[in-house]
Amino acid sequence: MDFGSINPVVLLASLMVASTPILMAALGEMVVEKSGVLNLGVEGMMITGAVCGFIVAVETGSPTLGFIAAAIGGMALSMVFALLTQVFLTTQVPAGLALTLMGVGLASLLGQNYQGLKPPPVSDLNIPGLDHLPVIGPILFQHDMMVYVSLLSIAGVWAFLKYSRAGLILRAVGENHSAAHALGYPVRMVRVMAIGFGGAMAGLGGAYISLVRVPQWTDGITAGYGWIALAIVVFASWKAWRILIGAYLFGGITVLQLNLQAAGAKVPVELLSMSPFLATIVVLVVISARRHGASNAPAMLGRIFHASH
Amino acid sequence: MIKFVKRPEPSKAWTIATPILAVILTMILGGILFALMGKDPFAAIRTIFWDPLFNDQFAAYSRPQLLVKAAPLILIAIGLSLGFKAGIWNIGAEGQYIMGALAGAAVGLAFYPTDAWWIFPLMVIAGGIGGFLWAMIPAILKTRFNTNEILVSLMLVYIAEQLLASAALSWLRNPEGNGFPGSRNLSQIPAMSNPELIAGTGTHWGVVAAFAAVVAAYVLINKHMLGFQIRLTGESPRAARFAGVKDKLLVLFCLGVAGALSGLAGLFEVTGPAGQISIDFGAGYGFTAIIVAFLGRLHPVGILLAGLLLALTFIGGELAQFMLGLPSASIQVFQGMLLMTLLGMDIFVNYRLMIVKKEAV
Repeated sequence: MDFGSINPVVLLASLMVASTPILMAALGEMVVEKSGVLNLGVEGMMITGAVCGFIVAVETGSPTLGFIAAAIGGMALSMVFALLTQVFLTTQVPAGLALTLMGVGLASLLGQNYQGLKPPPVSDLNIPGLDHLPVIGPILFQHDMMVYVSLLSIAGVWAFLKYSRAGLILRAVGENHSAAHALGYPVRMVRVMAIGFGGAMAGLGGAYISLVRVPQWTDGITAGYGWIALAIVVFASWKAWRILIGAYLFGGITVLQLNLQAAGAKVPVELLSMSPFLATIVVLVVISARRHGASNAPAMLGRIFHASH
Repeated sequence: MIKFVKRPEPSKAWTIATPILAVILTMILGGILFALMGKDPFAAIRTIFWDPLFNDQFAAYSRPQLLVKAAPLILIAIGLSLGFKAGIWNIGAEGQYIMGALAGAAVGLAFYPTDAWWIFPLMVIAGGIGGFLWAMIPAILKTRFNTNEILVSLMLVYIAEQLLASAALSWLRNPEGNGFPGSRNLSQIPAMSNPELIAGTGTHWGVVAAFAAVVAAYVLINKHMLGFQIRLTGESPRAARFAGVKDKLLVLFCLGVAGALSGLAGLFEVTGPAGQISIDFGAGYGFTAIIVAFLGRLHPVGILLAGLLLALTFIGGELAQFMLGLPSASIQVFQGMLLMTLLGMDIFVNYRLMIVKKEAV
């Protein structure tokens, strides 16, 4: 095996690309969970976004329109979840599962005539002045638009939750929905909006896979990324900047194992392919063992809110 | 103004009515979906739900398939329903199903070409243990470290799929298979096969096990202390703890039973209908079984009926694909819609619809 064929600069640059889909989906889900809602449909919304983005990008030739369509697609599917959990007061765990089951089927149905096509390329947005810096330039400043959007949205969500009034209300709803309701805040509306944001972000993350990362449409393209995103929210203890660390950690593992496969490491391919999932389990165990139950999770996570007054 | 008022107790009538209404509503929504795809909705619904059972041309082939497809769904769903009742979310049945098949096939093939009566029973035991042990991973992690069982059991599906791939490509590959992936055909080895027991019915050992599981679950839930504790934990975890329910033991029990039953389902499948370990052995029964469990209202008899219905959608879906060119993914959407409409209608079980005059604020 030839470790020399692995270039650390290329490795780090591709790490950022590999992490972006998980980062966006996890960040969206974190906002949803902050409002007290557990949406297990991330995988379904991601793959729906992936197919919507792919179709629109291929048909219009514009990746930007593709990403917009992906956000709309993911959000549209998330509204089904919002309808079930916020209006029909369904238990959130099975509703999320149903969303994933349906999203995966729907995506496969929509994408059946798009297998094997090539999407329009997403051009890189080199940051002038910084992109030619040695080492740092290729790693950080020669990426496509969405990488920067994902990083900015981390900062945006962090600031929104910490400093804005709306962010405070969202957290209040997630920590104690009865009190928030008594204070006159629209609990359901806040949650519906959070769910919609989560759907849009998952859709964008999915489209990043089908338009940039792979770039192609195949059935089951998201391959468990949505579930890893859910685990990263737990890993991040519901903090925005920790989502960044978590996503880059898993992006790193993914890229590293792909590079090891390509370099012909004397490890079975299957073991390398399962490594991100193994790592997720290990991380979940470490996080949950350390905190001994008293976790940082929003207090109302997964609880149904029904205003009796 | 319409208002939902919580019922003191879930309505029994609605509990039974909602799955039926959900099926009807899904047929309507599915019909609209098929119409949007340019297919005749009435022909599609008839092909999926009627023709496999009553069409002169296809029924002879399709009817036995009903039990073949329903058996793994029912076996897995019975196991899942115990956990779901207690609020323990094992959604990794697909992985436990694969591991059961792998463990059973590996044990059987280790004795190849011995021909003895005890090999198949030994494989059954190994299959059950394989699924059980795979389910013990999320169970023990939950009881020891309070790790989320939803995510762990799901991650283990992806890991099991990789193990399945490596088995089909290397350590269980048929040495006489000319290098093609896949194990020996177990259904053609007399000592390891799970044959049709009554000709023309599709009944194999898995079907027998599924019926036995339905009866056992019914007795457990309604007549046994453990069943009461499961129900109590689901309805009020705090009350259950005060009543002396050992919640950790319950986690181990519910996940363990679900894992063992899923493993058995995998073993009966690999030795019978599927025939061999192959890369695409995991056909999604473990996920569809979640729909079966909910559609059956987590009740053993309900699960039996729901399993048969979902099996029908699989068979009818294949028929519709063949006859009308309906894409196979549309059946997956249909099944997902079924779960959604059912969950949406749950509100009538737990809440009463009341029309109230707008109050002065």
